[in-house]
Amino acid sequence: MLQSLFEIRENEPVARDVWRMTLAGDTAAITAPGQFVNVRLEGRFLRRPISVCDWREGELTIIYKVLGAGTAEMTGFPAGKTLDLLTGLGNGFDPSEGGDAPILIGGGVGVPPLYGLAKRLLALGKKPRAVLGFNTAAEVFYAGEFRALGCPAVLATADGSLGVRGFVTDALPEDYSYFFTCGPEAMLKAVYRKTKTSGQLSFERRMGCGFGACMGCSCKTVTGFKRICREGPVLRKEEIVWDD
Amino acid sequence: MGRLSVTLCGVGLDNPVIPASGTFGYGYEFAELYDINVLGTFSFKGTTLEERFGNPTPRIAEAPAGMLNSVGLQNPGVEKVISEELPKLRKCFHKPVMANVSGFSLEDYARTCALLDREEQVGWLEVNVSCPNVHGSGMSFGTDPAAAASVVRAVKAAAKKPVIVKLTPNVTDIVSVAKACEDAGADGLSLINTILAMRIDLRTRKPVLANTMGGLSGPAVFPVALRMVYQTARAVKIPVVGMGGVSSAADVLEMLMAGARAVEIGAANLTDPYACKRIIEALPGEMDKYGIGTLAELTGG
Ligand SMILES: Cc1cc2nc3c(=O)[nH]c(=O)nc-3n(C[C@H](O)[C@H](O)[C@H](O)COP(=O)(O)OP(=O)(O)OC[C@H]3O[C@@H](n4cnc5c(N)ncnc54)[C@H](O)[C@@H]3O)c2cc1C
Ligand SMILES: Cc1cc2nc3c(=O)[nH]c(=O)nc-3n(C[C@H](O)[C@H](O)[C@H](O)COP(=O)(O)O)c2cc1C
Ligand code: FES
Repeated sequence: MLQSLFEIRENEPVARDVWRMTLAGDTAAITAPGQFVNVRLEGRFLRRPISVCDWREGELTIIYKVLGAGTAEMTGFPAGKTLDLLTGLGNGFDPSEGGDAPILIGGGVGVPPLYGLAKRLLALGKKPRAVLGFNTAAEVFYAGEFRALGCPAVLATADGSLGVRGFVTDALPEDYSYFFTCGPEAMLKAVYRKTKTSGQLSFERRMGCGFGACMGCSCKTVTGFKRICREGPVLRKEEIVWDD
Repeated sequence: MGRLSVTLCGVGLDNPVIPASGTFGYGYEFAELYDINVLGTFSFKGTTLEERFGNPTPRIAEAPAGMLNSVGLQNPGVEKVISEELPKLRKCFHKPVMANVSGFSLEDYARTCALLDREEQVGWLEVNVSCPNVHGSGMSFGTDPAAAASVVRAVKAAAKKPVIVKLTPNVTDIVSVAKACEDAGADGLSLINTILAMRIDLRTRKPVLANTMGGLSGPAVFPVALRMVYQTARAVKIPVVGMGGVSSAADVLEMLMAGARAVEIGAANLTDPYACKRIIEALPGEMDKYGIGTLAELTGG
């Protein structure tokens, strides 16, 4: 983990209520796709956890949805503004696992970390495909970016306004070697039930610290209690214990 | 004796800054970030006789200038703390640590304290009396002077190390609880624990916390905490450790002026992992501003 200042390079909408922010700063602490940063917002006590969509030396990208006051405020941040970030948080996905033809299953703002993952899977010579789910066509983002990488992407919208009508689980192909998924918990549960292979699932929790100090984000697993911010956010399918 | 040194129940501290229980784990998350030997000491995560998962999530909510938590004392249980956490801590922390203990019956408190008392690394037992008494009314021990005193007597009979009783602010008259603990043999007091609070999510119309209610801490509670430290420190002869919303060197000085002997810092560690280190480094400059030569001048020792 590293605490450091980043400077906003770009902050623009990519879909309805969804924004992409590119930040310049020290990315040395980021070691895996699916890790997150914790963003300090002036005048708000808790930091906001946001997944790293992509990163390279000296620059990272996040994609955030306007949910409450904090993320709404972020849309007003101009280029040049500095932000205090904790980086390198969480375990992230392990792209080395799971055969040559993994499927990436993303829902809403669960899609961004899968983009960074797709890049790294491709770099390992694997052939990932993506299934991306959204509520409606106006909220769709990044399908083109996945395809531009060379990762085919199938879309599903709940209202049928674009792609397959329904949920990501309605658009899964038959044959895949493994899965990686991130999205709302209801979607993760549906994916867990529908998928026949092993896989990695990325979870969300309200966080007090984001780096393992407060026990605010704990969950039960078959191998004991884990902190979503530290031993997560990515859990293996086999270790998951659902709350209800 | 350095400019910042103080004494707490006969044990010397290089400085009065102590990360508060539940916000510093068992130390090593922070030891990866900085040398935690710069601290006066720290109070480790509230430890109970048996392992606990704690409450369901969400367990964290935001507040104006603060946060709510309903973690519910997640910890591996005293035996694992002794066999796994303390040996790891020994490698990165070379000072006496404050062992924070919780219980749900007098026997729980006594047994957990007796086990930790034997550990050489433990300098003080900080006994959190904010927990519900499962054999009694279900009310927290710390809301009733007689119940709080019974915990103190049970723990004092079981342990030799100094016992610091951590008081809950969720009472009408904290002074009467403080005095009852002093009379029962407490060596010190620490306060405040979190203030019972609640948030509702407008989108779902439901409480944010799965537990409905949780404890408020952070800068929002500072003036309330300061007032309670002031009232308590005037009423008792044993040392008082002040906490609640402390987030700067100036806040530390204010707590000491209110009568605290040392200061614990909780929520600030969660939003700024370097908070305690920064506060310790800022203390001498802040003291210069107000013509304070040594902290012992403020605390009387
Ligand atoms: C590991 C992780 C990765 C995430 N990645 C992304 C991402 O890439 N893009 C994105 O848009 N969102 C992401 N989120 C969700 C994001 O953290 C919340 O949407 C955001 O914190 C809301 O802040 P707010 O001030 O707008 O909302 P408010 O409701 O005003 O926030 C109040 C408090 O609740 C917390 N909170 C509210 N909703 C959530 C939530 N769903 N998850 C966690 N905390 C929440 C806030 O952090 C804050 O402390 C992620 C969450 C986690 C835990
Ligand atoms: C996430 C969290 C967990 C806590 N856990 C404990 C605990 O296990 N035992 C305890 O005595 N106090 C616990 N506390 C209370 C703090 O030690 C402290 O008394 C309180 O937060 C007030 O200080 P602050 O405003 O600086 O945070 C916890 C506080 C927080 C925020
Ligand atoms: S958010 Fe604090 S331990 Fe995970």
